[in-house]
Amino acid sequence: MPRNPYDIAIVGAGPAGLEAAEYAARLGFSVALIERNRLGGNSLNAGSVPSKAIIRTARVCSTMRDAEAFGASIPSAPSLDFDKVMARMRRIRTRISGYHSVHELAEPGVDIFFGSARFESADTLFVDDAPVHFKKALIATGARPGAPNIPGLDQTGYRTSATIFEMAALPTRLAIIGGGPLGCEMAQAFCGLGSHVTIVQSDPKFLSREERDAAEILSRSMARDGVDIRLNTTVVGARRVNGIKILETVNNDVKGDIQADEILLSIGRVPNVEKLNLAAAGVTFDEDHGIKVDDFLRSTNPNVYAAGDVCLALKFTNAAQSSARMAVRNALMQAQQRQSSLVIPWCTYCDPEIAHIGLHVWEARQQSIPIKSFTVMMHDVDRAITDGRDTGFVKIHISEGSDRILGATIVSSRASELINEMAVIMSAGIGMKALAEVAHTYPAQSEAILLAAQAYTRNFDEAAKRAASGNADNGK
Amino acid sequence: MGDLAQLSDEALTIRLQQAAFSYLIDYANADTGLVADTSRQGSPCSIAVVGFALSCYPIAVRNGWLSRTDAATRTLKVLRFFSCSTQSDAPDATGYKGFYYHFIDMQTGKRVWQCELSLIDTALLVAGFLVAACYFDGSGEREIRELADALYRRVDWRWAQNGTPGLSQGWKPECGFLHYGWEGYNEAALLYVLGLGSPTFPLTPAGYVTWQLTYQWENLLDRDVLYSGPLFTHLFSHAWIDFRGIRDEFMREKASDYFENTKSAIAVHREYAERNPYGFEAYGRDFWGVTAGDGPTAPEMLENGKVRRFFGYMSRGVPYGPDDGTIAPWAMLATVPFGADAALAGTRGLLELHPKVCHQDRFLSGFNPTLSDGNGGWLSTGWYGLDQGLLVMMIENHRTDMIWEIMRHCSYVHDGLQRAGFEGGWL
Repeated sequence: MPRNPYDIAIVGAGPAGLEAAEYAARLGFSVALIERNRLGGNSLNAGSVPSKAIIRTARVCSTMRDAEAFGASIPSAPSLDFDKVMARMRRIRTRISGYHSVHELAEPGVDIFFGSARFESADTLFVDDAPVHFKKALIATGARPGAPNIPGLDQTGYRTSATIFEMAALPTRLAIIGGGPLGCEMAQAFCGLGSHVTIVQSDPKFLSREERDAAEILSRSMARDGVDIRLNTTVVGARRVNGIKILETVNNDVKGDIQADEILLSIGRVPNVEKLNLAAAGVTFDEDHGIKVDDFLRSTNPNVYAAGDVCLALKFTNAAQSSARMAVRNALMQAQQRQSSLVIPWCTYCDPEIAHIGLHVWEARQQSIPIKSFTVMMHDVDRAITDGRDTGFVKIHISEGSDRILGATIVSSRASELINEMAVIMSAGIGMKALAEVAHTYPAQSEAILLAAQAYTRNFDEAAKRAASGNADNGK
Repeated sequence: MGDLAQLSDEALTIRLQQAAFSYLIDYANADTGLVADTSRQGSPCSIAVVGFALSCYPIAVRNGWLSRTDAATRTLKVLRFFSCSTQSDAPDATGYKGFYYHFIDMQTGKRVWQCELSLIDTALLVAGFLVAACYFDGSGEREIRELADALYRRVDWRWAQNGTPGLSQGWKPECGFLHYGWEGYNEAALLYVLGLGSPTFPLTPAGYVTWQLTYQWENLLDRDVLYSGPLFTHLFSHAWIDFRGIRDEFMREKASDYFENTKSAIAVHREYAERNPYGFEAYGRDFWGVTAGDGPTAPEMLENGKVRRFFGYMSRGVPYGPDDGTIAPWAMLATVPFGADAALAGTRGLLELHPKVCHQDRFLSGFNPTLSDGNGGWLSTGWYGLDQGLLVMMIENHRTDMIWEIMRHCSYVHDGLQRAGFEGGWL
C-alpha cells in the first residue's frame, strides 16, 4: 500500500534510481519509485547493455577474420545474420532487465508508480493525477541524446542511442556524427559487422575526455579496421536524395558529402529536466548541465537531491549508481559525503578499450600538482603478446616525490577489467611501492600494472643512489 | 658505403654536412632566393626550408663553402623578397600579419595548395632571419640587419593567439584559425620563445604556461622524459637555441633541461628500436630514427597472417606510434650534439648495410626495409630540404656551437627565453 509521506520519492528508474531505491529500501526506508517508461533506463534499454552485446558479435567477426594470424583458418569469409545478432541483443536485454523487475523491487518494499512525475510543491509530487508526498526526493531522470541544430537533419532522418538498436537490417553505409564513446564504439562495431562506416568528429581527436596518446591509438585502430575517419570536420547540413541520406560536411575550408543509408547521431546527452516542474519545488536547473547540486548532491531545495546523468558531468552507469548511493546516505542518514571524493573508473569499449580513473595529467598540472606517469607498453607484457593483443599501454600517474597514485589510463584489449584493479588500489590507498610487491598471476594482462609499479621502484632506487652519490661527492 | 667508410668520424661528418648544405644551393631559386621543399620536379618553396637555408649560409662561410659576399647576397635576396611580398588576407598572398603561408610558389611567392598560414614554419623562417641579423654585422651588411629586424618585428604573434592564451597551428583566409592547437611538448618551443621575445606584438606569457599544462612527464622504457613521439620534435628548436643548462620552471621542477631531455628521448628511441616490438626489419640499437617524414603508401602487406599497414608521409613516433617500420636515414646523425657515439655508430651502420639511403652523399628522407621491394627495402624519392638544413645545423653545433653561439647574442631570443621563465647557464 502506498505510504504518505514517503521517506524518499525517487523520480526515474534508470541505473541511479534503481540503485537508490534498492539501497534505501534495504536500509528500511519507505521508498516510492516513479518511472514513466521502462525500468532500467537508458543504460539497460538503449546504452551499455545493448551496445556491448553488439560489440561482442563484432569482435567474434573480427576474430574470425584474423584467424590466420593465430594459425587457424575458417572455411570461408564469415557471414552474418543481422536478425540473429539483434535477437541475441534483445535476449540479453530481457535477461538483465529481469534482475530489475517490478517483482524484484517490490520484495524489499519499493512502491513503484508508472507515469509522468511533476513537482507540485516542495514536498509533493504528482504521478499523473496521483499525489506522492515525500520527506526527501531524489531526481534521477537521466539524460537523453542531444540534438544539434543541423539544417535538414530532422527531415533526413537519423537514429540515436535510443533507436540504433531497433534497426531491422544492417545498414550498408552508416554515418556517425560525433566521436565520443558511443560514436566510436558503434563505428568499430558496425564496421566489424560489415557496414561501411564513416565517423565525423568536429574536434581534431576522438574522445575529447581522454589523453591524446589514447585517442590517437584508437584513431589508428579504427582506420585499421576500415572505418572512414573524418576528424576536424563539422556537419553543416543534411538532405535526402533518391532515398540516400547525405551529410554535408566542412573540414577547415574543404566541403564534402557523405552518403549513408543510416545516420547515427551521437553528440552527447542532455539532462531530462523539462517536464518535472522543478520551479514548484524550488529546484534550480539549466538545460545544458541539468539539476544544480552542491558537493553533497543536494539541490537548491534542501530536501531534494539528484544523482546520475541528470546532474553529473560524468554520464556513466557506474557514476550514476555511486552517486545514487551517496545521495541516499546524505538525504536519509545525515551523511556528509562529497561527490568530489568519488573515484569513478570509466571505459570506452572500442578495440583496444580505453579506460581511465582519477586525475588526468592536464588536470593535475592545472592544479599545480607535480605529476609523473609510469608507462608500460602492452607490447612489453607477455600475456598481451601471447594473446596477439599487444596494442596499448598502462599509465599510472603518481604525485611526483611520493608513490601516491593520482590516476591511471589504460589502453588494452581488457582495459575495462584492468582499470578495476586500479580502482581497488586507489580506494585502498595503496602506493606504488606496496603495489610492486603484490604478486600477480603470470601471464596476465594485469601484469602491466605490476610492471609499472616495478618501474617506479627502479626509478626510486636509482634516484636514491644518485642522491647518495651526490652527497658523497659533496663531502669530498 | 664505399669510400665513406674509410673516413674518420670528423671527415665523414663534414662530408655529409657539406653535401646536405649543397641541397640548399642546388634547389634555390636564382631570382627570389627561395628554396624548394623537396628535390622533386615542380616542388614549391617551404618557408621553413628557407629559414634553415638562411641559418646555414653563415655555416657555409665558416667552412669555406661560400664566400661571405656570396652568403650575404643570397641572404639579402631572400630578405628583400619577403619584405616586398604581399601581406594581406587575399587567398594568394605570400603572408598575412607578418606570418607566411607554409608553401609558396618558388618564383612568385604566391600561396600554393591552398595551404595554411603556418605559425611553426613562420617561426623557423624567422629564426633564419634572426641568424642573418646577428651574423652579418659588417658595415656593408646593414640592409640585412634592418630587413631581418623589420620582418621579425612585423609578425603579429598576439593576433595569432586569437583572443585565447594558446596558439592554433595556423590560419586560412577561407576559414580562419585552424582547430588544431599545440598539445604536449614538441618543436613549438622555438615558436613560443620567438613569439614571447617580440618587442612589437609579443605573445602573452600565459600562452607558454597554457601550453606547458599539456606536457607529459613520463617514465618510458625506464627513462624519465618529457614525452614527444617523433624524434624531430626533440631537435628542431635545438638547432637554434642552446638549451644546455638553462631551465624554465618546468625543467627546474624536474631538475633537468631540454638538452638533457633530448638525450633521454634518444635513449627511448634506441631502446624501443632494440626491443622492436613489432618485428620491423633492421630495427636495433644502431638502427633508429622514427620521426615525421616520407614513407611508403604501399598496399597492406600480410606477414605471418598479420596485416602490416603503411602510412605514407606521416609524423611517426615512439613508443605510442604510429610506426610502420620507416626511419629517417638522416635522423641519427642529426642527433650528434646529444651523443656522438650513438649518432655515428648508427649512421655508419646504416651506410654500411644500406648504402642506397645516401645518394650523392645526401640522405634521402625515408627508408623502410620491412617493405621489401627486392632491392633492400622501400626508399623515398628525392631529398627534403628540412632534413638537409637540420643536418647541417646540428653537425655544426656539434662541431663548433656556431648557431647556438650566434643566437645566444640575439636579444629577442634572450628576451623570449626570459619571458618564458628560463634562468641559469649562459642566460
